[in-house]
Parts: sequence; structure tokens; C-alpha cells
Amino acid sequence: MAYSDRVIDHYNNPRNVGSLDKNAEDVGTGIVGAPECGDVMKLQIRVEEDRIVDAKFKTFGCGSAIASSSLATEMLKGKTLDEAFQIKNSQLVDELSLPPVKIHCSVLAEDAIKAAITDFRKKKG
Amino acid sequence: MKFPVYMDNHATTPMDPRVLEKMLPYFTERFGNAASRNHKFGWEAEATVDHCREVIAQSIGADPSEIIFTSGATESDNLAVLGTGRMYSKKGNHIITVQTEHKAILDSCAAWEREGGKVTYLPVDSQGMIDLDDLRKAITSETLLISVMMVNNEIGVIQPIREIGAIARAHDVFFHTDATQGVGKLPVNVQDMNIDLMSFTAHKIYGPKGIGALYVRKRKPRVRLTPILFGGGHERGMRSGTLNVPGIVGLAEALRLSVTEMESEQARIGQLRDRLEQGLRAQLDEIYLNGHPQHRLPGNLNLSFAYVEGEGLMMGINDIAVSSGSACTSASLEPSYVLRALGVGDELAHSSLRFGLGRFTTEEEVDYTIQRVSEAVKKLRDMSPLYEMAKEGIDLKSINWTAH
Repeated sequence: MAYSDRVIDHYNNPRNVGSLDKNAEDVGTGIVGAPECGDVMKLQIRVEEDRIVDAKFKTFGCGSAIASSSLATEMLKGKTLDEAFQIKNSQLVDELSLPPVKIHCSVLAEDAIKAAITDFRKKKG
Repeated sequence: MKFPVYMDNHATTPMDPRVLEKMLPYFTERFGNAASRNHKFGWEAEATVDHCREVIAQSIGADPSEIIFTSGATESDNLAVLGTGRMYSKKGNHIITVQTEHKAILDSCAAWEREGGKVTYLPVDSQGMIDLDDLRKAITSETLLISVMMVNNEIGVIQPIREIGAIARAHDVFFHTDATQGVGKLPVNVQDMNIDLMSFTAHKIYGPKGIGALYVRKRKPRVRLTPILFGGGHERGMRSGTLNVPGIVGLAEALRLSVTEMESEQARIGQLRDRLEQGLRAQLDEIYLNGHPQHRLPGNLNLSFAYVEGEGLMMGINDIAVSSGSACTSASLEPSYVLRALGVGDELAHSSLRFGLGRFTTEEEVDYTIQRVSEAVKKLRDMSPLYEMAKEGIDLKSINWTAH
């Protein structure tokens, strides 16, 4: 199967790889997937006054999973939490031209975004 | 060095130019049908086929009349399982095989079950070997066939064929082996090993695709088969269809060369394989060998690179052709059933790569592969949440993952 240029670009030059302090008050962390399923995504956001000012990811998975999470961090930066919560996996599918067999990668990225926001909100109470 | 580097010689092999050269005249000037009994074109083709049959038979310790030409190992496997099953169904309906067999055997056995037959799928240990006691215990008065592959296509494990042959003979049960990955690479003698049926193919030994054979024992005991292809009654009625004369020439020459050069070639390939494994281990921690450390084909190296997903890794080494047990590389979205049968966890199955070294693999290519794979694994581990957790001392098994 051939990868799209966008997937290859994100795979070769992943944006925002890394980790934020998961214990920090202003950081939300989402970890989704399972090793036995072949993909695990960790997505973290740092929030200032309801706006995402930084996003980082680490992903165990195929090229499409890596590209989906890399693109997700790009999309998150600058968005309010409510805006970020509205991000749909279909936006990732379109941007990356993911084939049907790889749509689950984008679903996982959407889940990771929501999990990170939920984690942050839980911290805030 | 030519790119991409080919490290997938279990999937198929490039044709040896010496084989191609032998085949070429049989596409054009010597195009006759070996079944044409009344002119020179046919006689010439038949004589060629007879000669090839002799060469092939000699390479495996058989008689020329015991070689049935097929389209490849898949057809040979289908014919061996269903052909014996249907022929001897009155005598018994039980077949014994192994969980790690190729799909050509497993799917034939599934078809046999749909026809009302019984199949036992023997387990393997964590290194991929069957337990001979399991085999003995599985044999019943209904058992008509034992089918165990010689060399596994994913992990290169070599089963104890001679011992299995002795057990089958002692119990008066036919023994078939899918020797697709073994013939031409390991010494094979159907007499010494008590093999009654044996599948093999040309394209794994630097011959053409689309030609294979089934060895079918003719004496002590005589094995008869119900055909699965019908027509002109070729190949003693066991396999109808015009003989693929250029393919047969290619199979014979490929096998002859492989057997003649086996000792030095396999020693060289084994050294390269060891160089690859040691080179990778020198650069990377947490690499796990899938299969048996000793009982394996010299050209095979199947490794799991913990915390890195196989397809993602292959994308990072896209100028090297390998294959992976990762689900993402298969249509089924399931990781390798062979690695599962060994008890390799799904997370390590997803992290596996199969390197297949062959006749044309060079030391330079091996060194390049070591360097590229090491770089890619390091890069992906830096990106892997699992690696991070493991380094923090978190037991990954303690986490309640959300399966999806």
C-alpha cells in the first residue's frame, strides 16, 4: 500500500513529538489504544485560559497512526477547548488522504484529543 | 549496492540468470506440448520433461515417476491433503497437522473438515517446535495423513522431519511435508526421512513462479490420490493440464544448482544472517528472536523490536524490502497467527520483522540493513509512549488498556 505524501511528511518530520509533565495543573493527558492492537497514542495539551497553547504526542503504531497524531497536535494549538472537542476524525482522514483500512488511526487520534481535554477538565474539577 | 535492498527471500527469490538461460529456448523454438505423441515437437518436449523429472527425483532421493508437476506449492499442498483424504476416506478421515502451517495446508484442512473429515492441529512450543509425544498421542485408528511443514515460512523453524517420518511409518499413516522453504536449502531424502508426499516450488529457490511439484511415493507404501484438477489425465491421472515445459526446465535447473551449491551457499548465508543479528543486537536493546535459536533456516531472521510497531518500522526503512507479522501489513488486521501459536504476545507480534537472506544478499547490504534498522528503531522508540513508560519503570501489563 502506498502512503500519501502528507502521511510520509508527518512520518519523516513529526511535529510536536515529546512529553509534557503529566502532573502539572495546566496539562491534560490522553492515552488511548492498546499495545496488543498495534497502536497506542499519548496526546498531551497545555492550557492557558481555556486555550491550548502547546500540544505534544508520542505514538506506537503504523505510519498513519503517527501522522494522525502529529497532525492532531498541529490542529490543537491555538484552539479553545470547546473548539478542540469538535475536531472530527474525518478532518484527519481528508487532510492525510487515509485509505479505508487506516481510518481507525484517525478515530484513535480523535479519541486521544477528547481524552486529553477530559483529563484536563477533570483536574480543574 | 542496488536499491531497494531485497531482504524478503522467503516471499520469493529473484531468478538465477543460469536458470533463465536454460529456460529460454523452451518458450520459442522448443515450444512443443509434451503430450503430443506424433511429431518431433512433442517428442522433444517429452524427452526434456523426462530428463527434468530425473534431475528433480535425484535431488530428493526419489524415482522420476514419483514427481507430479503442479502450478506451485499451494496446489501441491491442496492436492496432498484433499487428494489423500478423498482417496482414503473409507479407511479413515483424520488428518494431523500443525497450527503454524502455511495457509495452503490450513485452508485445505478446513475444506476437509467441511467435507466431514476430522483434523487435529498440533500446538508448538515457544520456539515453534512440535512435541513428538503430542504427535504420537494424536494418532488414532482413523488417522490417514500427517502433514508437517519442513521449514516454517515466517520463523524459519525446522521441524524434526526424520523423526516424524519414522513415527508415521510405524503407525502406517501417510506423511506429507510442505518443504517449500526447505528443498534446495536443506539436505532432503524422501527415503531416509520416510516422506510419502512432499510439496515444493521453484520460485523459492531462484527459479520461476508458477511451477512446483508434489512428490508422491509409489512403492512401500504406494500412495494414490484423487485428483483435484480434471482433464487430459496427465501426470498418471493425478494432475491434468498441459505441462509447463519451460517452468519444469526452470524448476529442475534451479533445484540442481541449489543442491549442488547447498553446502557453501547455506554456510555463507548463515554467516550473513548471524552478522545481521549480532549487528542489530550491538546497536539495540530489547530485541527478541522469534523461532528456534538453532533449528532454523540459515537465511531466516525473525525479530521483534519491542515498543515499535512493525509497519511503522517498515515505513522507516523503505529502501529495504522485508516483511512483518504486524496486523497492519495483513488484510485481516490480525497479527501473525504463527507468532501467536508460539505464545508471542500480540504487542511483540506487532513489533516483528522477518528478514529473508538469500543467494544474492551481500555483506554490504547486511551492514546497510543493520544501520538503517537501528536508526529507525531508535527514532521510533523516542516517539513511542510504550518505550517511555518502560523506561520509567511502568509495567505495561499493569495498565488497563482500551482495546479497540
